[in-house]
Amino acid sequence: MSSTDSGFGAALSLLFSFDPQLWRIVLLSLQVSLIALAIACLMGLPAGAALAIGRFPGRRILIVLVNTMMGLPPVVVGLVVYLALSRAGPLGDLELLFTPTAMVIAQTILIFPIVTALTRQIIESAWTDTGEQLRALGAGRRQAMGTLLWETRGALATAAAAGFGRAIAEVGAVIIVGGNIAEHTRVMTTTIALETSKGNLALAIGLGIVLLLIALVLNGAIYSVREFGRDRQQIRLI
Amino acid sequence: MLQTSRHVRGIALALFSVCLMADAARADTLRIASTTSLDNSGLLAAILPVFTKQSGIKVHVIAVGTGQAIRLGRNGDVDMVLVHHRPAEDRFVKGGHGIGRTEIMYNDFVLIGPSGDPAGIKGRLITPALRRLAARKALFLSRGDRSGTHGREVSLWQRAGLTPWKIKSSWYRKAGAGMGRTLNMAAELRAHTLTDRGTWLSFRNRRSLAILVAGDPALNNIYAAIVVNPKRHPHIRVTKARALIAWLLSSDGRRRIAAYKVNGELLFKPIKR
Repeated sequence: MSSTDSGFGAALSLLFSFDPQLWRIVLLSLQVSLIALAIACLMGLPAGAALAIGRFPGRRILIVLVNTMMGLPPVVVGLVVYLALSRAGPLGDLELLFTPTAMVIAQTILIFPIVTALTRQIIESAWTDTGEQLRALGAGRRQAMGTLLWETRGALATAAAAGFGRAIAEVGAVIIVGGNIAEHTRVMTTTIALETSKGNLALAIGLGIVLLLIALVLNGAIYSVREFGRDRQQIRLI
Repeated sequence: MLQTSRHVRGIALALFSVCLMADAARADTLRIASTTSLDNSGLLAAILPVFTKQSGIKVHVIAVGTGQAIRLGRNGDVDMVLVHHRPAEDRFVKGGHGIGRTEIMYNDFVLIGPSGDPAGIKGRLITPALRRLAARKALFLSRGDRSGTHGREVSLWQRAGLTPWKIKSSWYRKAGAGMGRTLNMAAELRAHTLTDRGTWLSFRNRRSLAILVAGDPALNNIYAAIVVNPKRHPHIRVTKARALIAWLLSSDGRRRIAAYKVNGELLFKPIKR
């Protein structure tokens, strides 16, 4: 327990020391995970909407597949991306291994299924509720997708938050494809793993608390944006 | 529409900046795979910036077990390896994957265990100590990860005429983890384990663990640098790797290796020439 107690102390002193090395690590964590999230959303939102209301062969199989992929073990994703980006692999010439870009790729693969599967579920229930209305208004399926994506943006923000949470908390994939290189590919989770292996348990827990605080701030921001949007909608109705 | 395009532009910019970071790093960077023991001890972080300042060559260190380091070298994913398991090193060079094996520095392995020494092995040589651990079925944690330390541990048991990993037993356990994590487990389980002195001295969560066996010549631990063979991987930065090796062997490099201390204790000795 003493490690937990001194962990809080370590977290506080970390936060208020404004150690540039720590901030670089925090910033890289955010940068990598936010970019991965952006790419996963750019692909996952339309893909999820298409799975929800599209009509094409193999749709059910795809849904089951995407749902399964939500449980992808990060280490496996890391290994597959490593094998692809290694000099001995098919994409070796791109020289992406052990770079932040490789970490973005791994995290994108990891969270794309999450964003897609949650989007499908959200859009599908919205479609069940309002599909008939939309069709009565003469909306085609494609138009309906766009409308529903916009109308459910609050719920979709939660889906994105789930994806982001997975990305920023994950260590198995980024440590393999990033290499945990100091000042280059070292992020919060790999630092925590490293400090744990050095026996610096208080510092490791301190970093864990910092990570949680960052997630808290981000989720708070998403929530308040959502609430703000709802207020505005209500005002418009009045 | 305007808003969307702004978003897209923002995302593109962020992507671009990450790629830039990667590119800037590649140009004059040497990439080495080292054992976790060297990295965890803090030695590389302490001395490599000096080399970078003098040579303009940035060094990226990927810290993994010796087995994995050699695998990275074989795949051409690093320019040089800095490892400590002679048999694996010889295989790597013989297989044509590495060139110019150069011994850089050494320290030693130590056998650690509960400071109360319940198995009564303190001060013994390594072979009788291991035999006694086996006879008493005292808890022993093996790295079990094909690292250099694991390789040495296996050969020490074999020298003692024992192969505890071959029989099902409750006292010989494989951690399947790096040195630091194995030490954390040993502290928790009050187990014995073999560790390099560098990791031990910089390890902070020792609890009741202490060094029980040390100083046996059979426990020496030599770190060697091997450049990845450019004939297999033409992109390998051989000149830069050789520059680093030359610096590590120079009087300045040797002096800095010899002077590196953790908690007041010296960790490594440069190889005598």
